[in-house]
Amino acid sequence: MSEHDVLNPKHMPHDPEKATLEGKNKFMGFWFFLGGETVLFASLFGTYLALKDSTNGGSSSEELFGLELVFIMTMLLLTSSLTSVYAMYHMKNHDFKKMQIWLGITVALGLGFLGCEIYEFYHYIHGYEFTMRSSAFGSAFYTLVGFHGGHVVFGLLWIIALMIRNAKRGLNLYNAPKFYIASLYWHFIDVVWVFIFTVVYLMGVL
Amino acid sequence: MADKVSGTTDQFDFEKQKRKDEMKQQVITFSLMIIFTIVAFSMVEAELDKLFVIPVLLVLAAIQVGFQIYYFMHMSHKGHEIPALMFYGGVFAAFLTILALVVLVWW
Amino acid sequence: MSTMVATNKKGFGATLWDYLTTVDHKKIAILYLVAGGFFFILGGLEALAIRWQLVQPMNDFVSAGFYNELITMHGTTMIFLAAMPLIFAFMNAVVPLQIGARDVAFPFLNSLGFWLFLFGGIMLNVGWFTGGAADAGWTAYAPLSTTSLGEGVDYYVLGLQISGAGTLIGGINFLVTIVNMRAPGMTYMRMPLFTWTAFVASALILFAFPALTVGLFLMMFDRLFGAGFFDPAMGGNSVIWQHLFWIFGHPEVYILALPAFGIFSEIISTFSKKRLFGYTAMVFATVLIGFLGFMVWAHHMFTVGMGPAANSIFAVATMAIAVPTGIKIFNWLFTLWGGNIQINTPMLWALGFIPTFTLGGMTGVMVAAASADFQYHDTYFVVAHFHYVIVGGVVFALLAGTHYWWPKMFGTILDDKLGKITFWLFFIGFHLTFFIQHFLGLMGMPRRYWVYLEGQGLDLGNLISTIGAFLMGIGTIVLLINIIKTSVKNEKVSGDPWDARTLEWAIPSPPPFYNFKQLPLVRGLDPLWVEKTEGRKGMTPAEPLTDIHMPNNSFLPFVMSLGLFIAGFGFIYQKYDLSWLIVLFIGMGITLGCMLIRSVKDDLGYHIHKEDLKKEAEE
Repeated sequence: MSEHDVLNPKHMPHDPEKATLEGKNKFMGFWFFLGGETVLFASLFGTYLALKDSTNGGSSSEELFGLELVFIMTMLLLTSSLTSVYAMYHMKNHDFKKMQIWLGITVALGLGFLGCEIYEFYHYIHGYEFTMRSSAFGSAFYTLVGFHGGHVVFGLLWIIALMIRNAKRGLNLYNAPKFYIASLYWHFIDVVWVFIFTVVYLMGVL
Repeated sequence: MADKVSGTTDQFDFEKQKRKDEMKQQVITFSLMIIFTIVAFSMVEAELDKLFVIPVLLVLAAIQVGFQIYYFMHMSHKGHEIPALMFYGGVFAAFLTILALVVLVWW
Repeated sequence: MSTMVATNKKGFGATLWDYLTTVDHKKIAILYLVAGGFFFILGGLEALAIRWQLVQPMNDFVSAGFYNELITMHGTTMIFLAAMPLIFAFMNAVVPLQIGARDVAFPFLNSLGFWLFLFGGIMLNVGWFTGGAADAGWTAYAPLSTTSLGEGVDYYVLGLQISGAGTLIGGINFLVTIVNMRAPGMTYMRMPLFTWTAFVASALILFAFPALTVGLFLMMFDRLFGAGFFDPAMGGNSVIWQHLFWIFGHPEVYILALPAFGIFSEIISTFSKKRLFGYTAMVFATVLIGFLGFMVWAHHMFTVGMGPAANSIFAVATMAIAVPTGIKIFNWLFTLWGGNIQINTPMLWALGFIPTFTLGGMTGVMVAAASADFQYHDTYFVVAHFHYVIVGGVVFALLAGTHYWWPKMFGTILDDKLGKITFWLFFIGFHLTFFIQHFLGLMGMPRRYWVYLEGQGLDLGNLISTIGAFLMGIGTIVLLINIIKTSVKNEKVSGDPWDARTLEWAIPSPPPFYNFKQLPLVRGLDPLWVEKTEGRKGMTPAEPLTDIHMPNNSFLPFVMSLGLFIAGFGFIYQKYDLSWLIVLFIGMGITLGCMLIRSVKDDLGYHIHKEDLKKEAEE
């Protein structure tokens, strides 16, 4: 495969993300990375579960969490997962424009989620004086949810960078794998969130 | 690699149709996930018995995550055997980690 | 493309730049070997200082505080900065060649992994110059580590975080390389055992290192940002650190030991002139050890008070590992049995390894018995046990691998006589040092104490132990002399100086930068041997001569790692003065900026044209 072929958008195979060896490697390596990320988040979840009742006389999860905001955040992130599926659907149909549009919606939803999370943290810190230094529960909560939030920030920056970089030249065999693994990352963020809203928030107010 | 390139428009259209059908399935999956989420939240709001709610919540979360991984992330497609192996390796290590930290830290 | 200058002499600056930017797995292997070797010597000097302090009762060679720093840094350096990178050196040098690949799956990340490790390693050692290195033991148990004064433990946390990221990247790289880049015909069950062990070890890295990453983050938040994970006063629990550390720490033992087994499998098979006995069982045992290795970590914590149920489960799981390990020992013995054995330096190490490691394994079953472990715990018995496993298993393998693969990596062969002298000095020194420590431990000598009293029956044992340590030191010096002598002489050897069996020996030594001109067709286990028995000189190519695609060199990995290194200082010193946050932002800015450049700048690599390859062949 010469350089010319790599950048030629015609004759795209129907799995453009896995058509080149580089693409196959990226696809495989990224899945492995997600396997490692699973352990990373498991360690954070385990720590949180071990410390969730260690409130040190400060605010507890029942006092803090409001489910309305969490429900909105969940809907935003779940929907953004579907929109990124749409983006990949159009990538496989070689429709670059539609892919960009759906990615744009994904980013917008992700930003909405992030805004809610920042509001939530702000609310806890200023409304309840609940910080990382309040208690072991505080440390564990901010670390677990903050790690997820950090992943959202990184995912957004990643997708935006890809969109801007490739806005003019469209889809090719060199960047298709990049879009594909960015979308995998985005889904994984959602996977983690499903456990966060279940284990941290829902089980936290029970 | 010739077999992978959609040489004819016929084949491309066929693939396109296949993807369209799959996309429908994705939307159904998504609706189910939304329903599960609503069920989970309302169960907590309804303040049912803890011993009943917590296992159901965890099962609902596990199914949702299964949908994400198998449909949204395409693990149901072929060519995902090794990724699945490594991912489940991670899940195995994750399970042990959480179990230990939940059970063995305070006693 | 005028890339055929590899054989031409280059100036020092050009060579340096070449190594700073290289993405070639063979050069990265050399970088790992040199850096890992440097840290091995550093850790060795720390060990000698420890032994010299213990040479006589109530010695005052070093202060108690400095002694704590020595034991901490000796352990940390040897595991993370010497053993791991040296394993990676051989994985880089050999695995792509053994599976018939032109390079690893992610050459850029491969280079990034190395530079992250190196900068992390430097970071760890910066503490020496800023008022004291880490002093809470290599396990850094809270609350000792969270309350340790100064910045030593901060350097430990940040340094390990950075080098751990490099290791994780390296692990993923090798997994993908082995899954995706095997030559035609190289099925999983034809992969040489070193490649198999590298594969399983990489999987262990993937699943074990994230736990360390999280543990280090929690420690960092506790020490630097006032969090309370391990602080009982805030409701925290210091046992969480122990779990996270050992969830990583125990698989780490197998991450080191499995490739060591792989190295010995290659050597024993090559110098017995037989295929490895029970290849399938060996592969099965490797995978089983990797699997079991994940459910035994709490055997390091028997005395924490987890209760009899948990202790029993972990004790049984631990003892179960003796089964696959025993399978391996017997398979090596059966490979030797009836073989046409040639005893040279690598083979001597292999022969020395089998009884030594078996001893370590036996004491392993002893300390796995939870109730008995209450007696052994934190005594020199444990010190003796893990040195038998790590030195007798891993370091022996690394030294054996150095002699075995030196010709492939550098094109010249290490002197066999000096190699044998190294072996005997090191081997005898090792057993003098550590065998007696079993008894010191049983007599009740606790580990990590900087002095012991006279007249408790510990004097002679410690003296013998110190003498042994210095013998190992002399052995290492002989190895260095050997390396210098060999490099100065620089006598070139053929591609296959050992009459060996696997693919890496089918190409010249050192290999051309594209490894295989044409990808080889693999027709069985020990592919080169298969061809030799059928009277061919080399491998049959699996493809016609075509253009070869190669990755571009890049300076970004170095700068990216440097950015994290700089940010590390910002993280540490902001605890005194928040204006250090500027340093943090500058460092992170450099790293993230490099990531952005990497993301937006296309890097398509280049091609070596087949005409050039043909021309080169004619020269």
